[in-house]
Amino acid sequence: MAGKRKIPIKPFVFLVCLLPAFWLVYGIFTGTLGANPIETILRDLGDWTLRFLLLGLAISTVRRLMGWAWVMRYRRMIGLFAFFYAFLHLAVYIGIDHFFDWATIWKDIVKRPYITIGMTALLLLIPLAVTSPKIMVRKLGGARWKKLHKLVYPIAIMGVVHFYLLVKADVREPLIYGGILLFLLGERLYRRYGESFQFAKSIR
Amino acid sequence: QKIEGIIKSPFSTDEKLNKYDDVTSYNNFYEFGTGKGDPLDNSGDFQPKPWTIKVDGLCNNPGEIGIEDLMGQYQQEERIYRMRCVEAWSMVIPWVGVELASLLKKFDPKTEAKYVEFTTLFDPKQFPGQKYPIIAWPYTEGLRMDEAMHPLTLLATGIFGEELPPQNGAPIRLVVPWKYGFKSIKSIVRIRFVDKMPTSTWMQQAPSEYGFYANVNPDVDHPRWTQAKERRIGEFFRRPTLAFNGYAEEVADLYKGMDLRKNF
Repeated sequence: MAGKRKIPIKPFVFLVCLLPAFWLVYGIFTGTLGANPIETILRDLGDWTLRFLLLGLAISTVRRLMGWAWVMRYRRMIGLFAFFYAFLHLAVYIGIDHFFDWATIWKDIVKRPYITIGMTALLLLIPLAVTSPKIMVRKLGGARWKKLHKLVYPIAIMGVVHFYLLVKADVREPLIYGGILLFLLGERLYRRYGESFQFAKSIR
Repeated sequence: QKIEGIIKSPFSTDEKLNKYDDVTSYNNFYEFGTGKGDPLDNSGDFQPKPWTIKVDGLCNNPGEIGIEDLMGQYQQEERIYRMRCVEAWSMVIPWVGVELASLLKKFDPKTEAKYVEFTTLFDPKQFPGQKYPIIAWPYTEGLRMDEAMHPLTLLATGIFGEELPPQNGAPIRLVVPWKYGFKSIKSIVRIRFVDKMPTSTWMQQAPSEYGFYANVNPDVDHPRWTQAKERRIGEFFRRPTLAFNGYAEEVADLYKGMDLRKNF
């Protein structure tokens, strides 16, 4: 497959996925992240986490709807980038926004539902990232691996809820993410239950 | 434009000023959009002149005052205040303006007047954010009479010695330095004396999160932000938030005997 191509696509996609991080680093060094750069960085990393999560979920949808099998090659990488941005998001929240003020951070986790939910989603991402190498699929067995990776659905839902709960009044942006997620999950539900529903109808 | 004849005020803090660029590019002014940069980006066509403020309600001398008259008839003072946003960031801003009390007295409020209600201009042509019902337009705020008459309470007409830029609430806005920033309503077109506590826009939006008083209080958390600390714009580490934003000596008496947890 990749060997036949003149241009290596995968490394190119990899670099594209890194662009948001490069852009932030560039912004830090040029001082172009606005009056409150820490907030900008935190928000941006959160945005990109959600985008990569949804993109990862969209890949198998695209394969089914468009019949493009090749897209599946990028799924693991996209998923790992979601983890990468989520991890940076958390690291900036702990190490820069609150400068390791653990007491405040703990209070945040316990008291504020949006942080509780975000933190849970992040923790749940860890086993998915750890079991992403092919060897882990073999070790776990395909069925168990698949079952484990279904965790991505609650994670994505929690990610969108986290965003929704943190905005003050203008919920339009989180609702857009929510709408996309609803479509991606709806397509799966329809594929799973829609057919049996039709089958039930045909018996009758 | 530069404002002439400004005198300095003893109420000013000597803390380091925030940069002009930061003060004028990082704004919460949903009328121009909900992003921090939207007010600067979307306010190019805003017309702060001519401008009239209607003052009515429970007063003996209701009427209107134009922004030019207000700036000509009242001594403009520079007041350097700390500004603490409910989102846990803060700035130090050199405002220019007049004490609200001196203007209100001209309209002779009646004794039944217990509160003052303020309203922002509603004009979706000039305020593109008002095209969407994100919050209930027009933006409304209120103060208790003694808060409105307090010498710290300012009607600002400028910053850094110049007239207010649109994104900072041109041509005239409230500044109540011991309260969270959202109390300091921008682009005011109406001031009304009333006998009942007005429902401010944010109280209406989320009653459990925003109360009428909104005094800066490190001991009472907002459900979504801890209020114990704040980030001064331009600084890396968060600093502790002070009761009444550091103005306790001047204003704590206004709230004597009140449960500030209930009256948040």
